[in-house]
Amino acid sequence: MSEDARFGLDRRVTLPGPLALDGGGMLAPVEIAYETYGSLDADRANAILICHALTGDQHVASAHPITGKPGWWARMVGPGKPIDPTRHFIVCANVLGSCMGSSGPASLGTDGKPLGMAFPVITIRDMVRAQALLLDHLGVDRLRAVVGGSMGGMQALSWPATFPARVEAAVVIASTARHSAQNIAFHEVGRQAIMADPNWRGGAYYGKKPPASGLAVARMAAHITYLSEAGLTEKFGRKLQGRDAKTFGFDADFQVESYLRHQGLSFTDRFDANSYLYITRAMDYFDLAEEHGGRLADAFRNTRTRFCLVSFDTDWLYPTTESRSIVHALNAAGAAVSFVELKSPFGHDAFLLDVPELNRVVDGFLRTGER
Amino acid sequence: MSALRPDLAVIAANVAPGSRVLDVGCGDGALMAALRDRHGVDARGLEIEPENVAAAVARGLSVIQGDADTDLADYPDASFDYAILSQTLQTTHRPDRVLDHLLRIGRRGFVSFPNFAHWRVRLSLLWGGRMPVTRLLPLAWYETPNIHHVTIDDFRALLRERGITVEGAWFLNGDKATSAAAANFRAEHAVFLLRR
Repeated sequence: MSEDARFGLDRRVTLPGPLALDGGGMLAPVEIAYETYGSLDADRANAILICHALTGDQHVASAHPITGKPGWWARMVGPGKPIDPTRHFIVCANVLGSCMGSSGPASLGTDGKPLGMAFPVITIRDMVRAQALLLDHLGVDRLRAVVGGSMGGMQALSWPATFPARVEAAVVIASTARHSAQNIAFHEVGRQAIMADPNWRGGAYYGKKPPASGLAVARMAAHITYLSEAGLTEKFGRKLQGRDAKTFGFDADFQVESYLRHQGLSFTDRFDANSYLYITRAMDYFDLAEEHGGRLADAFRNTRTRFCLVSFDTDWLYPTTESRSIVHALNAAGAAVSFVELKSPFGHDAFLLDVPELNRVVDGFLRTGER
Repeated sequence: MSALRPDLAVIAANVAPGSRVLDVGCGDGALMAALRDRHGVDARGLEIEPENVAAAVARGLSVIQGDADTDLADYPDASFDYAILSQTLQTTHRPDRVLDHLLRIGRRGFVSFPNFAHWRVRLSLLWGGRMPVTRLLPLAWYETPNIHHVTIDDFRALLRERGITVEGAWFLNGDKATSAAAANFRAEHAVFLLRR
């Protein structure tokens, strides 16, 4: 299988499409950047699709090409880990609308210029349908599991609702079945920060100075929602940054300010502002019940997929109540569902961090499907 | 395979193979695993302690973290052949409502609980004047999860009052059976098979 150019790290494919989008448009061609780990077994039964979060990418367990940092989920994916390339054929693809090689606002139009705002608004389900096109290309009919946290969890929920026959199990971590008013509100702050940056130019900034200040502010605001209040207090408290006294000015006096500024700035090195607009929009539009006549249970009617949901007690972005309402709907649909709220000081970001209990739960859940 | 607690062994032996079961207060899933592995039962669980849920999910069981007092309302009517409440009734805030839900969700229900009228408990209260700490009730009054102590006769009275049918009853002293007549005095714990 190693000679097959479809498999391996840092792959790209241009699929003819067209992909019919929820917004009514058609996308063609469909470019997808992805990675695969491990190999597909003889009966093509060991595939696991990993879905990434808002600013994530396909480099789930390989070094990021720009930052050089290890894969974003190396804690979960790797030899001896719950998702293991020695047992599983692992696929992770950059979502539609993103900026790491898949079709997005930076893609070139027929005139050879970046699409910018001419790129169609996409949905979580559009992302999932694009992933399905990729799996067709890879010769994967059925997924042993689809796994994701945060926006990845939305895709992991959307998968069995959209392709019920293709998914044996879904792992949905720190996620939700719909964006709340508060979720939308925070995203709108980020979008307005980007669009208020004079460098944004209605999205036509490619080849010019990008709206880095706006994108950095968007990231700063979002980053606060990923952490818990207790976590911030423990890490920074009211400690001052490299000084003994307040300056009575607007420099970053406090460590937490300095930290957020750094998070915002370094983000602009690796992420495209327009992609941030498109992906946050897709998340805000996400309401799985709405896609199924207003009843979430109907999204999973007659499902044979096994579900595992995990929330974290300090996550106020997608709190435990959101996971519980999904569990309630799955119960009403008679689905096999497991759910646990884990303790962690890390807030929403816990799904990416060291929470041994999370690995234990995911490992046990996935192994059940392999018996 | 490790031996089941005696009341769980009674339940496991009396669940119809291949049925659908909800275990309310399933702990680490010992009963569910036995039902699945030995009786081909499709078992689901509800458990309040996250560590127990994690342990049960890690052994491949479908378990939801939740509270019997509040979360049973989410389950549809008659969605299981059996709903099981083992050593959990006495820990709930409203055992009567939990019992109602149990027999709404399950076509049949198993309920097991430690008997507070066992002679050791009576002696402890009578002669010691202190809340009993026994083998089955090992924690002091301030730390025990058992907030609604119940006797076999209390439970029988509740069943009569609510018009609940008893399909089977087992009274245990350790792992030995004891007669129904002397159960309220002699049995350490009881297992009832019930239906509406």
